[in-house]
Amino acid sequence: MTIKENLRYAESHEWVSLDGEIATVGITDYAQHALGDIVYVDMPEVGDEVTAGEEFGAVESVKAASDLYSPVSGEVVEINEALEDEPGLINQDAFANWIMKVKVSDPSEVEGLLDAEAYAKICEE
Amino acid sequence: MKYYDKLIFELSRPGRVGYELPKNDFATEGEKEIPSDLLRKSPLDLPEVSELDVVRHYTNLSNKNFGVDTGFYPLGSCTMKYNPKINEEVAAMPQFAELHPLQNPETAQGALELYWNLQNALANLAGFEEFTLNPYAGAHGELTGLMVMRSYHKARGDHKRTKIIVPDSAHGTNPASAMVAGLEVVEVKSRPNGSIDIEDLKPLLNDEVAGIMMTNPNTLGMFETEIAEIAKLVHDAGGLLYYDGANFNPLLGKVRPGDMGFDIMHINLHKTFSTPHGGGGPGSGPVGVAKHLVKFLPNPHVKKDENGKFYVENGDEALGSVSTFFGNFGVMMKAYAYILSLGKEGIKEVGPMATLNANYIKESLKDDYLLPIEGVCKHEFVFDGLKDKSTGVTTLNVAKRLLDYGFHAPTIYFPLLFHESMMIEPTETESLETLDEFIDVMHKVAKEARETPDEVKNAPLTTIVRKLDETTAAKNPILNYKALKNL
Repeated sequence: MTIKENLRYAESHEWVSLDGEIATVGITDYAQHALGDIVYVDMPEVGDEVTAGEEFGAVESVKAASDLYSPVSGEVVEINEALEDEPGLINQDAFANWIMKVKVSDPSEVEGLLDAEAYAKICEE
Repeated sequence: MKYYDKLIFELSRPGRVGYELPKNDFATEGEKEIPSDLLRKSPLDLPEVSELDVVRHYTNLSNKNFGVDTGFYPLGSCTMKYNPKINEEVAAMPQFAELHPLQNPETAQGALELYWNLQNALANLAGFEEFTLNPYAGAHGELTGLMVMRSYHKARGDHKRTKIIVPDSAHGTNPASAMVAGLEVVEVKSRPNGSIDIEDLKPLLNDEVAGIMMTNPNTLGMFETEIAEIAKLVHDAGGLLYYDGANFNPLLGKVRPGDMGFDIMHINLHKTFSTPHGGGGPGSGPVGVAKHLVKFLPNPHVKKDENGKFYVENGDEALGSVSTFFGNFGVMMKAYAYILSLGKEGIKEVGPMATLNANYIKESLKDDYLLPIEGVCKHEFVFDGLKDKSTGVTTLNVAKRLLDYGFHAPTIYFPLLFHESMMIEPTETESLETLDEFIDVMHKVAKEARETPDEVKNAPLTTIVRKLDETTAAKNPILNYKALKNL
């Protein structure tokens, strides 16, 4: 299982990378591993408002369907359309295959998220 | 004929018939009475086939099925026990099967008596005052039971109780039924062994809680030993206890949910009482309640007067009908036949045998499969996948490989407490030879996972349909014949 050093994490197993005011959001390698073969990603639409801690979509795997929780608040500016045809890309590389990009309303929200070390602890539990 | 996949319409040839009807002397009869726009203009589109065509067609289709009648079906939490054929014989008796639900109760005394006797038998076995047999299945029973719970609080003028506590290990139907019943679900954490953590429960109890939904033995097959204390805490807080009867099988004739302090429960006749499941069912989900809740059970009720005569009653405080008439009556006949076939003594053997079988498999396989919770289980238990995780062979792969060996897969990836859950429930109706065969195959698959992991990952290898592309199946499902032919 991989955890990337330079990212921030939510307890609900999403990762965030902030570049200026654009946050890229995906699910972690731990999450994809726990879910197993992902068969569908229910993504928001560009222009949707997302709120930190609230649901923005869902992933369906051969095991279960799980809600996705946004780690940041703001407006969705891009979604990863490649996942529509190939949701399994997340299983191949969960960090390369992001789910949405959000123009954040409050960049400081990201600082409140877990760093790699704290997230690794949660995964061990 | 393993790959037989025709529709009966593909066999149709113009003019081919199974038998000939005499010439119709009344073909134009009634034509004047029926408005012309309601008269059929083209012949009815029916398959034209011989009797042999029909027999082969359905026999070949039935051979594609896997069921309890074909092989071992250790699907955890489903209690896939044998469905005795005498049940079917009884349910088909024309004296019952040909009754009309609207006929005068005076002329249907036998059917009402059966309903009365079955509800009493269930009440005795489960420790409740009265049962309604009307709900159609387990989740329907849950909904009915929760509606009774709501009615109880409402009748006391207590409108604040809108929350229901459900353990995180519960069957998915519990929170779903609670939502449909208009209750807000509050999750209580379970300990590593699946039992409720009393210290986590205490702070959740207040005057907004309508009740708690539980099953005992819990989802991991372990008996909740602190149930009496939990019942006291919930009752002291003004709530009621709901028992999900999905796991009633190991307790049958031995322990009664009513005696544990539960107020409401449903029973799945298609699990514990040997009637067929799902599409082959239908199901039936009787709901039993303690004395103070009887008046809320849904209409109609079957009652007996002092002369021993049965009649139908609709109570004023009762819930309205939850089903047409009395629910799935044929299923009740099968369950009643089962209870009478076993008798009072025989029924006490069910739980211990189901428990023995489950523990035998568990202990025989724990060298190869990861057993997260040690100890004596009840009717079922959960492995967390293969013990050796280095092979990359998952629970899904093992499940598919079992199909190659002629066994139905266990329940997989439930409960969600473990990543590689594999839930096994053999039931009491399997012989030692069948259990040993299953254990041998499970060991064999574990060995294959170590020696030829790629083969296991590509399983099933010998079934009619090989490993499915689940992404395509989810994204572009082929749902009818035309779509298949247009591929």
